[in-house]
Order: sequence, then C-alpha cells, then structure tokens
Amino acid sequence: MKTKQRVVITGLGVVAPNAVGIPNFSKAIKAGVSGISFRQELKDLNFSCCIGGIPPVTDKQVSQYLSPLQLRNFNSSGILYGCMAGMEAWNNAGLDISSHSPLDLDSGTVFGVATSGVEKFRESIYKIDDKNVKRLGSTVVLQTMTSGITAYLGGILGLGNQVTTNSSACTTGTEAIIMGMERIQLGKAKRMLVGSCSDHGAYLWGGFDAMRVITYKHNQSPEQGSRPMSATASGFVPGSGAGALVLESLESALQRGATIYAEVLGGNVNSGGQRDGGTMTAPNAKAVQRCIIDAMEDAKINPSEIDVINGHLTATTKDPDEIKNWAEALNRKGSDFPYINSLKSMIGHCLAASGAIESVATVLQLKEGFIFPSINSEDVHETIKTIIDPAKIPQQVIYKNISVAAKASFGFGDVNGCVIFKNY
Amino acid sequence: MDKEALIASLKTIVKPYIQDENAFNNLNENTDFIADLKINSANLVDIILDVEDMYDIEIDNDAMEKMLTVKAAMKIINTKLNEQQ
Repeated sequence: MKTKQRVVITGLGVVAPNAVGIPNFSKAIKAGVSGISFRQELKDLNFSCCIGGIPPVTDKQVSQYLSPLQLRNFNSSGILYGCMAGMEAWNNAGLDISSHSPLDLDSGTVFGVATSGVEKFRESIYKIDDKNVKRLGSTVVLQTMTSGITAYLGGILGLGNQVTTNSSACTTGTEAIIMGMERIQLGKAKRMLVGSCSDHGAYLWGGFDAMRVITYKHNQSPEQGSRPMSATASGFVPGSGAGALVLESLESALQRGATIYAEVLGGNVNSGGQRDGGTMTAPNAKAVQRCIIDAMEDAKINPSEIDVINGHLTATTKDPDEIKNWAEALNRKGSDFPYINSLKSMIGHCLAASGAIESVATVLQLKEGFIFPSINSEDVHETIKTIIDPAKIPQQVIYKNISVAAKASFGFGDVNGCVIFKNY
Repeated sequence: MDKEALIASLKTIVKPYIQDENAFNNLNENTDFIADLKINSANLVDIILDVEDMYDIEIDNDAMEKMLTVKAAMKIINTKLNEQQ
C-alpha cells in the first residue's frame, strides 16, 4: 500500500460575525470581541431570541468578490459568505483567481452547507404561489440547491477535481476538512478547498427559536448572550458566516514554496446512531468519545500531546456533558486537562459554518502562538469545575506556542467529527 | 417605437450580461446575443424579464424562443406594443 500523503494548510479565509477576513479575525479573537448584536427584524417577527451573529460585510467588500452580474437577483447570504471566505483562502494560499485560468485538474473542493439560499427560496415561493413561476429568473436553482456554494466556487476557481457539498448539520465544516484531507492523503487531489457556510436570518433560525434551544434571556445584553461553559448559559445564540481552508499535499506545498499554517494530522467522523442516550438532537456519549479517540489514533498522537481543545460547546445544558466526554476520551482531568475554549462565545453558533470558522481560529492559534479567550465564562458551570481546573478555560488571551490542537463538532442526527491539527 | 431609441434601451438591458465588450460597443440590428455578445444562454430568461419590466409587456414562450438577436427582439417588442394600443 502506498504511504499516505501528508496534508498541510496553505490558505485560510473567514467571514465571521466578529470580523471579515483573516487579519481582522485574528485581532478580534485575541481581543475577545463579540459579534453578537440585537436584531430588530427578529423582534418584529415575535422571536423569543432577538440576538444573533451576522458578519459585518460591506457592499465594497462584496464587490471585491462577486461581479455585478453574479450579484444580479442574488439573495443567498450563505453562498456570499462562502465565496468570500473561499476566495480569500485561495488568494491567501498564493493561488491565482482569474476567469481565464486554465482548468485545474489537481484541485477540488468539499464545501459544506445545511440549508442554502433560504431567503431566495422564500422569494421564489411567493412568486410561484402568485402564479408567476415564469418570473423567477435564471439563478433560483443555483442559489437554492444544496451544492450551490461549490457550483459558484468551482467556476470562480476553475476547479477540475472533485467539486461537492457535504451536509451533516453542525458537524458539516469539520467533516468537510476530514473529507478533503482524506482525498489528498489518498493521492487523488493535490489541493482541496474545504470549509462550510451558513445563511443568516429569521427563516433559518426560526426552527431553533421554536425548539427553545436558543437563549431568550439576553435581548438586552447581546454581547453577554453566548455563554459556553458558564453556570448561567441559557441556550445558544444563532450565527452565520463561512470559514475556508486550502488543504494541500505537503509535497505540493513545498514545491510551490507556499506558507504552511499547520498540518492536518488526522481526524474522524462517526455517529451515535441515536442509541444509548443519543437522540435526533442529543449525542450518544460513547460515540462522541469514540470519535475523539479514533481521531487521535488516525493522527498517531497520544492524548497527552494535546495542548488545546476548541470544543463544540454551544452554551446549552449539554456543555458539561461535552467536557466529561473530552476528559474521559483523553483520560485527563483537573489541571492535567488541556486548555479549552469555545469560539461560539464570541460569534454564536454559526450552525453548518461553525466547524470551518472554528477550525480557522484553531489553526491561527497554532500559527501565531496564542490561545483565544473563551468569553462569558467567568462563572464556570459547577459540574465542569468538578471535572477540570477552571484555569484551563482562558478568560484572557494567552500568548504561548502550542503544538497540537483538537477541534470537534457535533450535530443533529447524532453525528460527530473531530480533527487534529499540529503546527508545522 | 423609434428604431434608434429601441436599440439604445435594449443596450442598457443587455449590458449587465454581456461578456464581449467590443461586440457590445458595436451593437446593431444584426447582433446575436449569444454568438456576438457571448451572453450565457441561461441569462436569456433574465433579459426577457428585464424587457417585460421595461416595456410593460408579456412575452410568451414562443416569442421567447425566437428572441436571439437584436433584430428579433425589436420585432417582438414592437409587435407586443402595437397589440396593446
């Protein structure tokens, strides 16, 4: 059997509620800047939760990425965020973007999404019900099909390898990284643009509001609303955006003399099958632990080597369970437990985009030598305190060289993903 | 409708969709939307919608299929405008 290709990260891109673009995002996460704000449109629609995370994208930024023709009748925020993050990552990797570039057979993309173009879909439904199907225009399918984002990115970048969209709820982004990594490891592609994106707004978030899983207690204090690992956590805050990473075989990266942000050592995805305590919405603890253990085995590292964990940690009642699962999977407790943080404390839960945006943050920590603060956790949950030393949850940025970082995501349907990054 | 005025207004409609600047600058009655202006064929339906909005007319499927050149478009628009009078 051929030896596996080593896989490294050579480009990053991000559109997050607290910052757009890598330089601003790096600054924002070090400073613990919240991207959560009050949303009048949610209040007007009688939402219980009237706060959310929407990236502060300006028209000027948009016009740097999409042409006036692409923006004509365009109403899919997730595809917009995905294109911006994906193109930033591609540029950041030192790769050209030109509509005249030759077909690139060695490069592909796995870019995930949960629901695409919700607003566009709503617009279309109104027209159809009004017996006006003829007036939908030519891009409704492209903006609302699940693989819309990869259809846009594939054409913009001229990708000739695999071009596909994965979907596994809130695990989506982390799963995309693992899928791209495996394709390069197998020698089937040299480069894979991986990541995920999510729409913003009432039509996507409404279902979560109805489930009462998002917080209704912070409409007057939006920036304190997302409280992972806190005793006063009261549900997650919905977010949106996109994260993107250019994965590349080490061989190709070295040949090009590309900047290497980190190595993707390995990872794993699995499911708890909605058995043994797992349900459609709650994870099977055994499967979560199995996923983390198998990811470490795939990466060929010992639990003791993990310096920092970027958890799923959404700010629901499940956070203590997640800490317990990490502690048991790593067999590390108290002050022996690695540092752990949750980017959701600053940007909310960006749903399908969460795994990718949070992985971008994890990789920046390795490259730049810091651990971002997990804000709004000054009152650590009592159960969490009995498992780990609260000092392991940074309240302020810690500047420190770190070697190995783990990122996990868990999603509805009882699905799990865990990926291990190492500095290079 | 006056021919020159019609060509000028068609020009503003197709402008966002064209991919050949030269052919656009030389747009005349014989210009073909796809062959000359290199408009993506999927965008032809968007042009039809823009024409409908601009002249407040309705273009049926048969007419739509024929609307591939500036000349054909002018003929269809004029026919529909005359029907309304």
